[in-house]
Amino acid sequence: MSSEIFYKNISELSAMLNSGEISAVELAQVYIDRKNAVDGKVGAFISSNEDEFLASAKKSDERRAKGATLSELDGIPIGLKDLLAVRGQKLTCASKMLENYVSPYTGTAMQKLEDAGALFWGRLNMDEFAMGSSCENSALQKTRNPWDLERIPGGSSGGSAAAVSAGECPATLGSDTGGSIRQPASLCGVVGMKPTYGLVSRFGLAAFASSLDQIGPFARTVKDASLVLKHIAGYDKFDSTSVNVKIDDYPSMLSTESLKGKKAGLPKEYFASGMDSEVREIVEKAIKKVEELGAEIVEVSLPHTELAIPVYYIIATAEASSNLARYDGIRYTHRSAEAKDVLDVYFKSRAEGFGEEVKRRIILGSYVLSSGYYDAYYLRAQKVRTLIRNDFEKAFENVDFIVAPTSPTTAFKVGEKTGDPLSMYLSDIYTINVNLAGLPGISVPCGFASDGMPVGLQMIGKAFDESNLLSYAHAYESACEWSKRNPQL
Amino acid sequence: MRLFKVMANSPEINIDYVAKLARIELTSEEKEKYSQQLGQILGYFQKLSEIDVSDVEPSAHAHAIYNVWREDVEGTPMNVDDALMNAPAKRDNQIVVPKVVDDA
Repeated sequence: MSSEIFYKNISELSAMLNSGEISAVELAQVYIDRKNAVDGKVGAFISSNEDEFLASAKKSDERRAKGATLSELDGIPIGLKDLLAVRGQKLTCASKMLENYVSPYTGTAMQKLEDAGALFWGRLNMDEFAMGSSCENSALQKTRNPWDLERIPGGSSGGSAAAVSAGECPATLGSDTGGSIRQPASLCGVVGMKPTYGLVSRFGLAAFASSLDQIGPFARTVKDASLVLKHIAGYDKFDSTSVNVKIDDYPSMLSTESLKGKKAGLPKEYFASGMDSEVREIVEKAIKKVEELGAEIVEVSLPHTELAIPVYYIIATAEASSNLARYDGIRYTHRSAEAKDVLDVYFKSRAEGFGEEVKRRIILGSYVLSSGYYDAYYLRAQKVRTLIRNDFEKAFENVDFIVAPTSPTTAFKVGEKTGDPLSMYLSDIYTINVNLAGLPGISVPCGFASDGMPVGLQMIGKAFDESNLLSYAHAYESACEWSKRNPQL
Repeated sequence: MRLFKVMANSPEINIDYVAKLARIELTSEEKEKYSQQLGQILGYFQKLSEIDVSDVEPSAHAHAIYNVWREDVEGTPMNVDDALMNAPAKRDNQIVVPKVVDDA
């Protein structure tokens, strides 16, 4: 437990702002001081602009003084993964390719936050173009896990998770293509949610794999995450894959009684092999808690689970090879000084601008889409994706939600897996099939291993059933003390 | 930690051809490293060939959405200065590139 302001949640901060106990400018200064004190160790930020932050805080205070506060988020600092567009701010994707890029427009989710009075605080580190599970693929910054500075924060949204964990932001946005919100949330001991595909507009999110990417929140509590989600969700004409569904007032629908009489599915394949034994023990204890809170635990089967890894890495790299073709050295990226002709501009600018993992994935994606291999890899993967979706559909005939681990291990040591990309890919086993099926998933802290590293419990919901999923997570969280622990920095 | 066994019979990959498709110049060290790693990854992908998908429809998206139209109305496009603000080289409201067509 900690009484420091920077470890308070949004509900607490909002109450302090409303009562006049603190002004938005003073609160902004709290986070600036915190960042200056700890980010040299944590490295969550790629860049930040204190003057802009304080100026926006001053405007929030002026609104409050006039009784014209825009929402519960007015005056609340929110950090952004460095692939989300805000006009006039840098957007690097943690890549040399976009090291000097400045967004000429603001993406929809960010515009909604701005309209709600939230204050943008910082551009947060990530694996380059969101490709990775440890943040070690960032070309611009090294991020460490606030619970142990020798360990990785997870990825790809590692900076977004570490910033919340270290008290440098009360909430942040990340993006999740194969677990990039849930896994770092689990490894850094915070709440992270990937919404249903189509709930949040992707306009202004630098694309990795368009059929899988979703923007979502990190926060200290499920209630805070639900508040941020409420503000960023909704149909957008600039994203034709966004879906026109009614957006509930998620925070007001949370109930500590929500697990009573519900059925929680336990996928037997998830517990078959590969999980660290201590993580398994902690997750099993958490599931027991879910049962004590009134849910019936039912075994379900997701028989194609093991195939999710090849399916994901074929579909995601294929889409990435196409999406990242836009970084051509011509229009708005790094251009090689060595380029003599047009082909040179492509080949050399991309050779210089992209890091090792990004090149590996573009090449893999180009291969699986190439003539002669398309049917064997890409088309076949899309068919197996259907089978994976069907697995979940069948499971959800009998259960209200699914409980699972988020990650098979706690945060690993810096450098431990960088030489073995396949081993890194395999650690995404519990998160990627949720993206393939387009479902919502949330990771909530559920305990600590003997070495002090946090473990997350993943809850997976039915499509567009965010209200209930958040409420189940809230009920579990409220019955535990895990979310109240903070790292010592 | 290994979660699953990696197949031994990893397929060969023509790295020069694929790098050309990808429009990325690779060093000889990169070619060697990627060939070996991608061979291993593709070997792991072989498990997909073990499953019968003859009656299965492919999924391009999680939730199928068809024919998204918008009203054909005029809007205000991004202005030229904004569109060119990140260009590596520009002149007279245009992006400068190396000469594409030979003098002849």
